[in-house]
Amino acid sequence: MELSPLQRSLELAEPFVTTKLDKVLGWGRKYSIFNYPFVTACCGMEYMSAACSRYDMDRFGAGLPRFSPRQSDVLLVVGTITHKMAPVLKQVYDQMCEPKWVVAFGACTISGGPYNNYAVLQGIDQIIPVDIYIPGCPPHAEIVMDGLIKLQAKIQNQKHEV
Amino acid sequence: MSETPEVRGFRDHGSWAGPELVEALRERFDSGMLGDSAAHGEREVTIRREILPALARWLKEEQGFEMLLDLTAVDYLGKRETRFEVVAHFYSLSGNRRLRVCVPLREEAAELPSLTSLWKAADWYEREIWDLYGIRFAGHPDLRRLLLYDQFKGHPLRKDYRMKDRQPLIGPEAVRPAGAGEERAHG
Repeated sequence: MELSPLQRSLELAEPFVTTKLDKVLGWGRKYSIFNYPFVTACCGMEYMSAACSRYDMDRFGAGLPRFSPRQSDVLLVVGTITHKMAPVLKQVYDQMCEPKWVVAFGACTISGGPYNNYAVLQGIDQIIPVDIYIPGCPPHAEIVMDGLIKLQAKIQNQKHEV
Repeated sequence: MSETPEVRGFRDHGSWAGPELVEALRERFDSGMLGDSAAHGEREVTIRREILPALARWLKEEQGFEMLLDLTAVDYLGKRETRFEVVAHFYSLSGNRRLRVCVPLREEAAELPSLTSLWKAADWYEREIWDLYGIRFAGHPDLRRLLLYDQFKGHPLRKDYRMKDRQPLIGPEAVRPAGAGEERAHG
């Protein structure tokens, strides 16, 4: 008689785990972040520092920047967004497939930072939803890691539609 | 410069045009010259707008000022009778000397002849000045805004541009003070 996989596992005493599909998907997604670095200003230097070997974002499974919004699931907005650039950012966000997350990297993306003038958008959350805010001008690579880990926790614990 | 006192700690660059150039300018453009100075050793002449093209051509073709280093503007709203001043820096590569030329402009006649026919570099400088100060350049081949978007109303580096006036392309409309965003006299 053919044994079912469960019966066979029990017969052979193979180890197995039980979980929920949500948890598996969250686990998979949080360790395979393909980020889209939308780099517009000086924070880009700190992003490079965080991404390269010294701090190495790849340790957390976020080592593959994709330069197409179609292939990425985390939009890293790094640097000042002007009113002229805002429609471009919105379009890039709209082009990304679900599920997707947005990280506001640095003071400018959070609130306009030091720039409160005719040219600068006062925070990207005025045009797109933001999941994690990483403060700093620019944020140190360690804070970037902290933000990344917090984003992973958020991904792990959220509901994943199948 | 020999006639300006050395200030301790400040290096005299020694590459500004000497007084003999001002003499030559006075001889040639007598009525067009409004003044000159050498503060901090930097040679500066102030001229009437009418003589700018002739002066620029003369500097370039006869005095060896091959390079237009910078072209910008200042808004002296409430400080001077002639509201605007366009400031140009010329540099002679062969003679290693610089000259600053200031052109005061009245608000109601905020227009200058374009320098694009002499220096291609003037193209974007002039577009930038038009964009941010609203000073026109007659004869410019393509006088569009350089940094801001076409929908933008007014010129934000003018001192009477309201500090809190925001003109977002998308997103929530910022709170705008009464009267903001209306077409201004020179918008």
